Amino acid sequence: MSLHRPDALSGRAAIAGIGATEFSKDSGRSELKLAVEAVHTALDDAGLSPADVDGLVTFTMDTTPEITLAQAAGIGELSFFSRVHYGGGAACATVQQAALAVATGVAEVVVCYRAFNERSGRRFGSGVQERQPSAEGAALGWNLPFGLLTPASWVAMAAQRYLHTYGLTPEAFGHVAVTGRRHAARNPAAYFHGKPITLDDHAASRWIVEPLRLLDCCQETDGGQALVVTTPERARDLRRPPALITAAAQGAGRAQEQMTSFYRDGLTGLPEMNVVARQLWRTSRLTPADIDVAILYDHFTPFVLLQLEEFGFCAPGEAADFVAADALPLNTHGGQLGEAYLHGMNGIAEAVRQLRGTSPNQTPDATHVLVTAGTGVPTSGLVLSRDGAGAPDGSSDSAPGGPPDGP
Amino acid sequence: MTAMTATGGSEERAGAGGAGEGTATRGLYERLKAYEGRPAATAGVGKDPVNAAMIRHWCEAMGDVNPAYEGPDAIAPPTMLQAWTMGGLSGHQGRSGAYDELSALLDGAGYAAVVATDCEQEYLRPLRPGDQITFDAVIESVSERKTTKLGTGHFVTTRMDIRANGELAGTHRFRILKYAPPPARRKGPPTAQPQPQSQPQMQSQMRVQVQALAKARRPRPVINRDNAGFWEGVSRHTLLIQRCGGCRTLRFPWLPGCQACGSPEWDTVEASGTGTVYSYVVMHHPPFPAFDPPYAVGLIELAEGVRMVSNVIGVPYDKVRIGMPVRLEFRCVDEELELPVFRVDETLQRPVSRGEG
Ligand SMILES: [Zn+2]
Repeated sequence: MSLHRPDALSGRAAIAGIGATEFSKDSGRSELKLAVEAVHTALDDAGLSPADVDGLVTFTMDTTPEITLAQAAGIGELSFFSRVHYGGGAACATVQQAALAVATGVAEVVVCYRAFNERSGRRFGSGVQERQPSAEGAALGWNLPFGLLTPASWVAMAAQRYLHTYGLTPEAFGHVAVTGRRHAARNPAAYFHGKPITLDDHAASRWIVEPLRLLDCCQETDGGQALVVTTPERARDLRRPPALITAAAQGAGRAQEQMTSFYRDGLTGLPEMNVVARQLWRTSRLTPADIDVAILYDHFTPFVLLQLEEFGFCAPGEAADFVAADALPLNTHGGQLGEAYLHGMNGIAEAVRQLRGTSPNQTPDATHVLVTAGTGVPTSGLVLSRDGAGAPDGSSDSAPGGPPDGP
Repeated sequence: MTAMTATGGSEERAGAGGAGEGTATRGLYERLKAYEGRPAATAGVGKDPVNAAMIRHWCEAMGDVNPAYEGPDAIAPPTMLQAWTMGGLSGHQGRSGAYDELSALLDGAGYAAVVATDCEQEYLRPLRPGDQITFDAVIESVSERKTTKLGTGHFVTTRMDIRANGELAGTHRFRILKYAPPPARRKGPPTAQPQPQSQPQMQSQMRVQVQALAKARRPRPVINRDNAGFWEGVSRHTLLIQRCGGCRTLRFPWLPGCQACGSPEWDTVEASGTGTVYSYVVMHHPPFPAFDPPYAVGLIELAEGVRMVSNVIGVPYDKVRIGMPVRLEFRCVDEELELPVFRVDETLQRPVSRGEG
C-alpha cells in the first residue's frame, strides 16, 4: 500500500475458493463451529483440503483464534497468521494480507474467515454504554454520556449533515435499500429472499435514529464466510476459475476515528475510502467506467452514497440519483441490507461469483468488480478481475481515473 | 454510585408490629438503637491487594466474561468490592466488640436466627490490581421490630467504607434480619446461619441488581490521563480546548499531541461557550434506560472552530436544526455527573460555520 504510487501486488494473488454457512438469525452453534464450516466449504469450493492451508487471516473482532480454527478444521502448521482491526473495515484487508503473504511466498494457501452469532449473540446494534479508559475507549467515550450510543447514531450524524449540505431529504437513502432488497429477493441464500421493498416501504419504516429509518439499517446475522487466497499459478490448476486480485488497499484518513470522525473538515465524505479509492485506481489502472459491478459496504444506506462519490462514479451530492438511475450493478447479492451482515466478507464472495458467472443477479461478462469494506472506520477495498482480463487499453500510471488525488 | 436492593429471603411487612409492643420491647429497642453509629469493624486491612488472580477466579465463578476485567488495563469487577475485605478461611480481623455485643443482645432477646436481606454498593472509583485495601464499618441503623414471613425481629444495617490506597473507593451496605422464627415453622433448627457474605446466591443477586440499576444512569465519561483535564475543567464549569504549543492549533477531542504538527506541548484555552449545531440526530431505537427516547444529540461547532458531541436543550427534540446558535451550560444529569450541554439561544449572532460539508 502506498499513498502516492501504484503498488506491486497487482495480479500476484487470486481468490480460488469461497464458502459460507447459511445466513440466519439463530445459528444454534458456536462461532468457532460456524468458522470451521465456512472454511471447509471454501476449501471444498477450491478443491483444496485443510492440509493445504498454511495461512489464516481474520478480524481482531472475531472470537475464533487462528490456532483454534486450525485445530478444529484439520489444518496443521501455519507460517502466516494475521488479524485486521476496525470492525468491518477489515474485510477486504484480510484478502490484502493474504495476497501479500502468497505474493511474497510467506504462505501458499491462506484462508480468510469471519464468523459470528451477531444476531443471536452479541448484537452490535444494541449499542455501547461503557468503554475502558484506553486510548480507543476514550475516543468513543466522548459520545457516551450524551446518549450517542449506537452504530446507527454515529452514521446518522454524518448523514444528517450530508442531507443538509446537498438539500436532500431522508428519502434519498431509499434507493440504496430498494436496490439491495431487489437483488436479495432473487438470491436464494439471502435472508430477504423473495422479499423486495419499495420506496414507499422505506419511507414508511420507523425511525431508528433520524435521519435513518429501519430500512436504512442492515440486518443482523448469524453465520460465517471464508475465502481461499493463493497464487494465480496455483489457482489456475484448481476447481474454479480464479478471481485475480488486481488491486487491494487499506485506508485511514487524517483525524480518523472509528465511526465518530466528527472533528475533521466536513462530514459529507469518507476520506479513508478516498485513500482506498486512489490506491485501487492507481494500481489497477482502471477507472470507474471500467467497473462492471460494485459491491459497496452497506451497513447503513447513506455511506453507500458517499462511497460512490469518493470513488468518482458520480459527483458529490449526486449519488442518490446515480443509484436511482440504476447505472451500475450494485450489491448484486442483496448487500448486507438484503443478503446478510457478514461484516463485508459475503460481499467479497459475491464479487467472485460475478467473475465466475454464478451470481444470482449476474452481470453479463463481468470483468472487473469493485468491493469495499466497512465505512466510517479505517477501511479497505479490492478490485477483483476475471483471469486474463488485464488492464484496459489506454491506461497509464500518470492518468488514473477516479477522483483527484488529495494532498 | 449505585444504589440497589436485593431481597434476600425475607419479605418485610411494614408496620406489622402488632402485639408485644410493650415497655420491655421498647426498652430493648432503645438499647439496640444505642449501637447506631458505633463501629462494626475498624482499621481493617484487605488480606491481599487487588490482584488479577482473585479477579479471574471471581469472573470464572460468576461466568462474567466482560473484557474490562482482564488484560493490562484491567479493573476489578465493581461488585467484588466486598470480596477484598473478606477474612477468608483464616477469619476476620478488626471486628469490633460493639457488633458482637449487639448480636448477643439480639440473641438474648430471642432473635437468634439471622438472614441476609439485601445490600447496596456505591462505587466511587474502579479498583485496579495493586490497590491496597483498607476498610472501616459502622453500625448504621437498627430497625424497629418488624414482622416478616420468616418471623419477627430487627433489621441491622452496617455500612463499610472501602478505601484503595487511602482514598475512598466505595461503600458497601449490608442488611441482616435478626429474628425469632414463628413457632409453627420450628420443625427443624432455625435454618442455617451462614456468613451471609459467603452465600453465592446472594452475590449473584447483588450482581444482577447492581447491573440493572447501573444502567438507569447515563454512561460515564471515559476518563484517562490524556483527557482528565477536560473533565476537571467541567467540574469548575469551564470548557477547555487544547491548544498546541508548537503551531497554536486548537484541538478537540483531547489528545497528548498535535495532529497538525506532532508537538507534545500544549496548553488550554477556555471556550467562550457559544457555538452552532453542526449536525444532530434524534435517537429513537433501541431504548436505553438512562435516556428517554426520542431525544436529540448534537454535534456542536464551538465559536473557536472545534466540535464536540453534546446535548441540545431548550427546544423539543424535533425542533433541533443545523445552524442553530447555542450557548454552553453545565447540567447535572445525576448526583455525580455534570455535563457541558448547549442551550439554543436565538439571541446569539450566528457565527460563520467553519468550512463546508
Ligand atoms: Zn501543532
